[in-house]
Amino acid sequence: MSVLAPERTTPREAPRNVPVTARARKKDFAGAVLAVPFAILLLCTVLVPVAYALYLSLFTERLQGLGFSGPENVFVWLGNYLSVIVDSAFHASLGNVALFALIHIPSMLIGSLVLALLLDSGVVRLKQMWSLAVFVPYAVPVVIGGLIWAYLYSPTIGPIKGLFGIDALSDGAILPSIANIATWQWVGYNMIIFYTALQAVPREIVEAARADGAGGFRTAWSIKIPVIRPTIFVAAVFTVIGSLQVFTEPMVLKGFTGTVTSTWSPSMYVYEAAFVAGDNGRAAAASVLLAVICALLSAVVMRFSTRRS
Amino acid sequence: MSTSIVDSKSRWVSVPAVHVILVVAALYSLLPLVWLVTSATKSLGDFSTTGAFEFGEWNLWTNVKTLFTQENGIFWHWLLNSVLYAGGGAVLGALICAACGYAIAKTSFPGRRVLFGLTLTGVLVPTTVLALPMYLLASELRVVDTFWAVFIPLLTNPFGVYLAKVYADASVPDEVLEAARVDGAGQLRTFFTVALPMMRPGVVTVLLFQFIGIWNNFFLPLVLLTDPKLFPVSLGLFQWSTRQTQFPQYTPLVITGSLLAVLPLVVAFLVLNRQWRKGLAAGSVK
Repeated sequence: MSVLAPERTTPREAPRNVPVTARARKKDFAGAVLAVPFAILLLCTVLVPVAYALYLSLFTERLQGLGFSGPENVFVWLGNYLSVIVDSAFHASLGNVALFALIHIPSMLIGSLVLALLLDSGVVRLKQMWSLAVFVPYAVPVVIGGLIWAYLYSPTIGPIKGLFGIDALSDGAILPSIANIATWQWVGYNMIIFYTALQAVPREIVEAARADGAGGFRTAWSIKIPVIRPTIFVAAVFTVIGSLQVFTEPMVLKGFTGTVTSTWSPSMYVYEAAFVAGDNGRAAAASVLLAVICALLSAVVMRFSTRRS
Repeated sequence: MSTSIVDSKSRWVSVPAVHVILVVAALYSLLPLVWLVTSATKSLGDFSTTGAFEFGEWNLWTNVKTLFTQENGIFWHWLLNSVLYAGGGAVLGALICAACGYAIAKTSFPGRRVLFGLTLTGVLVPTTVLALPMYLLASELRVVDTFWAVFIPLLTNPFGVYLAKVYADASVPDEVLEAARVDGAGQLRTFFTVALPMMRPGVVTVLLFQFIGIWNNFFLPLVLLTDPKLFPVSLGLFQWSTRQTQFPQYTPLVITGSLLAVLPLVVAFLVLNRQWRKGLAAGSVK
């Protein structure tokens, strides 16, 4: 991750009258005490569950013999992974999030970048007011944002059908409808991130470009955007990861339309496998696959960003 | 764009066009919330007879009353739970993050690099991976369907630790710690009385992020809770919303409930506006 601040080595000079080793040990102990609560939380709620998920993904429950002794856990090597990889429902869910990401990521990132550049262009009055207005949806919990839009989309209750003549919950429109909820929620947040990054663009460079006759558009394209490119890529990584894991928005819309299936996104697939079908091995395997895909994709985006800059 | 515009305020496009774009963006962002406000005042029948953004017959108080009396006033429980999960979790979680971030940045206990590495990995682990093992572990420990099953996992905030480390690096000078030590303050005391106050703006940001994160979290409560009395407000409203196709009378309840759940957050946002910007700035530009 390029957001990391470089590790700073802190010079510590020991007073002459105290033996260095004893003092250092005391210091270490206090630091460890401060770090321990989080270390325990990390261990118990992240590391152990991840290890357990890996373990689960290698087993499946099977009835042995006549089934009188109840199901038994059987080691199946990568069998669960194989059954997920060949499952057409899993393919469909990946296809859905891929299309979702293709709509959501460009529209959200371009939208927030354009708004940030406009706010930074120096011609806008009442900047605070505009940025606040666009930022407010971020304060709305995802479930509630999903519910608001679900009602807005609903042909019987909401205004969208009347205004645009589209049934936003129909088969053909559901993907952009779900992407729109996410875009609505995140445009303001990323706009603020980009706007803040733009504040760090050295004013002399911008002034110099203007003196050379570059217009606002040219300045934005050739100077401002390249300077904040690392920030844009970090935002892109987080958005890619978030898109692949999309769960809440389709889950909410599922209650309003049959178009959204119970395995619409990979996260919903995992939820369905674990808590509806009760197939822990398959659920764990699918969730591990999803995590690996996320990690690979974010690595690709970051690699791409370092090569370009 | 021609090169003739050389004045110091050279422009993108025309000033009115810029403002038109901003107006469209603001309307896109705010109209759904306006709809929420007008709709919360309507009875079920008025949805079909009145325009989406106009007020019908003033029915807000009836809606609110039905909302709070439905299922023996379960909505009270949901609001209270959300405040406890998000408020308690954010305060405690931010303190834990601040302590750990400070320890990683400013002390030299063994294994701090490993811990920081694992923390950064933790940022990238999807909740989807954690939900099932967490559920199975919780059932093993017999804590499924308890307050703690949701509260404790949501305390873990690896990104908060990363932010706290950045803030500690930036805002706590080594000379000050050195001076405190010379004055005879122990490391723990130095953290609480010297470093923590210096890190306060950053810690408040972590707190705000974590508050939003917990208030937003849906997957874990969905998986770990079945007793409606323990639901946070978003899970409760979600459950009501799944019934609305069969029982349309839930629609005004879900809409009014959504309004009441959003209102405190939006107000907090507007009030803490400055704090947010500073925090986002520090977290993103570094």
